[in-house]
Amino acid sequence: MTDLLDFARGPALQFSLAVFVFGVVWRLVSLLFMPRLKDKSAIRSGAKPTMIAAVAEFFRRMLPKPEFAKRTRFTTINGWVFHLGLAIIVLTFAPHVLFIKSLTGLTWPALPNIVIFAVGGVTVVSLILALAHRLSSPVLKLISTMDDYVTWVVTITPVLTGLAAASHVGLRYETLLAIHILSICVFFVWFPFGKLMHGFLVFLTRGEMGAQLNRRGIKL
Amino acid sequence: MAEPKTLGQMLEARGISRRAFLKYTSYLASSMALTPLAAKAMAENLASARRQSVIWLSFQECTGCTESFTRSFAPTLEELIFDFISLDYHHTLQAASGEAAEEARHIAMRENKGKYVVVVDGSIPTKLDGAYSTIAGISNLQMLEETVKDAAAVIAVGTCAAFGGIPAAAPNPTGAVGVDQLVTDKAIINIPGCPPIPEAMTGTISYILSFGKLPKLDHLKRPIAYFGNNIHDRCYRRPFYERGLFAKSFDDEGARKGWCLYEVGCKGPTTYNACATLKWNGGVSFPIQSGHGCLGCSEPNFWDKGGFYNPLPAPIRDVGKVAAGAAAAGAAAGLISAAAGHARKKNAMKEGKS
Ligand code: SF4
Ligand code: SF4
Repeated sequence: MTDLLDFARGPALQFSLAVFVFGVVWRLVSLLFMPRLKDKSAIRSGAKPTMIAAVAEFFRRMLPKPEFAKRTRFTTINGWVFHLGLAIIVLTFAPHVLFIKSLTGLTWPALPNIVIFAVGGVTVVSLILALAHRLSSPVLKLISTMDDYVTWVVTITPVLTGLAAASHVGLRYETLLAIHILSICVFFVWFPFGKLMHGFLVFLTRGEMGAQLNRRGIKL
Repeated sequence: MAEPKTLGQMLEARGISRRAFLKYTSYLASSMALTPLAAKAMAENLASARRQSVIWLSFQECTGCTESFTRSFAPTLEELIFDFISLDYHHTLQAASGEAAEEARHIAMRENKGKYVVVVDGSIPTKLDGAYSTIAGISNLQMLEETVKDAAAVIAVGTCAAFGGIPAAAPNPTGAVGVDQLVTDKAIINIPGCPPIPEAMTGTISYILSFGKLPKLDHLKRPIAYFGNNIHDRCYRRPFYERGLFAKSFDDEGARKGWCLYEVGCKGPTTYNACATLKWNGGVSFPIQSGHGCLGCSEPNFWDKGGFYNPLPAPIRDVGKVAAGAAAAGAAAGLISAAAGHARKKNAMKEGKS
C-alpha cells in the first residue's frame, strides 16, 4: 500500500532528479565541447584578460545601462524581485534546507516561516506581473514561444502548491505536500530542456559575450 | 451474586458512583466531539448497554496492542468497560486452551450469530496459503474468514491489523496484509497505532455500545473523533516550527529547550492520531513531549517511509546513486553530441575546400 506522498518522495523524486542531472550535464558537456570557429580577428588594444572580461560581463548585465534604465525599469525590478524571491524560498525555508541537506550534505540556517510566507506572496504577485507584461507587450508577445509559457507555469506552480502545503489550506497536508513535491518533479524534468536552463547557461552566455566583446569593437 | 446485565449495574457493583460515570461519559463524548444532546444520550445508553459478545483474534502480532489496553498501572473506567464486554475468545487473556478455546469461539459465533463483534490484532500472512501463522491447525487466513462471516462488525486494532503493520515491512516475507484487504463485505473500523491509544479503543467500543452503530470514519476507516487531528496541528512545539527553531540532535541545546523535532525526523505533519490531545498513560505525556519525534505509527507503511530519523522533506529512495549514473550518462551523451558536431564541422570544411 503506497500513497501519493510515498510516490512523490520515492520514485517521482528519484526519476525527476535523474532526468534533471542527465539533462543538465548533457547540455553543458555538449555545449562546452562543441566545435568552435577560431576567432582570427586581432585583439583590440587595451583589452582585459579574457576571463576577467567574461566575469565582468556577467555582473555588468545585472543592471541595465543608464540610458535604458527608465524604459526597462519594470522588467529589471520585477525580474530581480521574483528571482530573489525564488532564491530565498528555495534556499531558506526549513524543509527546503533539509531537502538540500539530504541530497548534498550541505546545510545552513533557515528563516522563520512568516518571512517565507511574505516572500512567497510577493514572488507570486511578481510572477503574475511578469506574465501580464509578456502578454501586454506586443514585441514580447511576438517573440514568446510555448517554452516561455510552460516555463512560467512550472515555476509558479511549486510556489503556489508550496504556500498551500505550508499553510495547510484546502486538502489534507500529506496530499498538499505530495502535490507540491510532484510539481517540483515536473520543474526538475522541464528544467534542462526549456528556458529554465538559463539558471546554468546564464554564466556561459554572458561570459562568452563578455569575452567576445572584449576582443573587438569599442571599449565598454 | 448474579452477573450484572448492564454496564450501569456492573459499575455500581464495582463501587463506581453515577457521578463518576457521568463525568467519564462526558469526557468520552467530548473526546469524540459529540453534541451535548448526543453526549446525554451516550451516558444513558451506555449505562443500560448489555454485554456485547466479542471474539478477539490475535494473528501475526507482538501482543503490544493487548498490553496497551490491559496493563495500565491503575484500574480505570476504560478498563472496566473493557472488562464489561464479553470477551468470548482471546488467546492471551482466556483461561481455556486447546480445543476448549476453539469451542468457545464456535459457541460465541453460534449463539450471537450476526451480532458479535470481531476484534483483530496482528496482520494476516497470505503467502503459502497463510501457512506462516496457524492456530489450532488452521491458518489465520481461514480463521478470519470463518469468524467474520457472521459478525456484525470488525474492529482492526493496531497498525498490523489495520494496514499490515511491521510484519508487512518491505520485503514483506509473509505477504502480511491488514483486515480490510481481505474482508470487503463487513463494516470495518481501523484503530491503528503501534500500539493504539487505549481511549480510542474504549471510546469506539462505548460509542458502538451506546448507539448501536459505527462512529464516523475517515478514508482509512479510522474513527474521525480520534484520528481526525493532525499531530503537527495540535503539537505544543508548533510555535518553534513556525519560528524555524529546531533540535538538530536529541541532546543539543534545541532539544533541551524543547524546540521542534522536525529535523530529527518527526512525522507529526503527516500523522493523524490523538496523541497530542489525549496523550498517553491517562494524559501524562506523549512521545513528542518526551523528546522523540512522532514515528507516524497510525499511518500505513510508517516503517517504510525513509527512516524514522530522516526528516520529512528527504527523498525516501536513494537519489545519490541514480543521480551519479544520470550524470555519467549525461556526460556521455554530451560528448557524443559534441563529437557529432566535430564530425559535421569536418565534413563542412572538406566540402568547402573541394
Ligand atoms: S515536533 Fe513534530 S509535530 Fe511538533 S511541531 Fe515539530 S514537526 Fe510538528
Ligand atoms: S506520537 Fe506518532 S508515533 Fe507516537 S504514538 Fe502517536 S502517532 Fe504513534
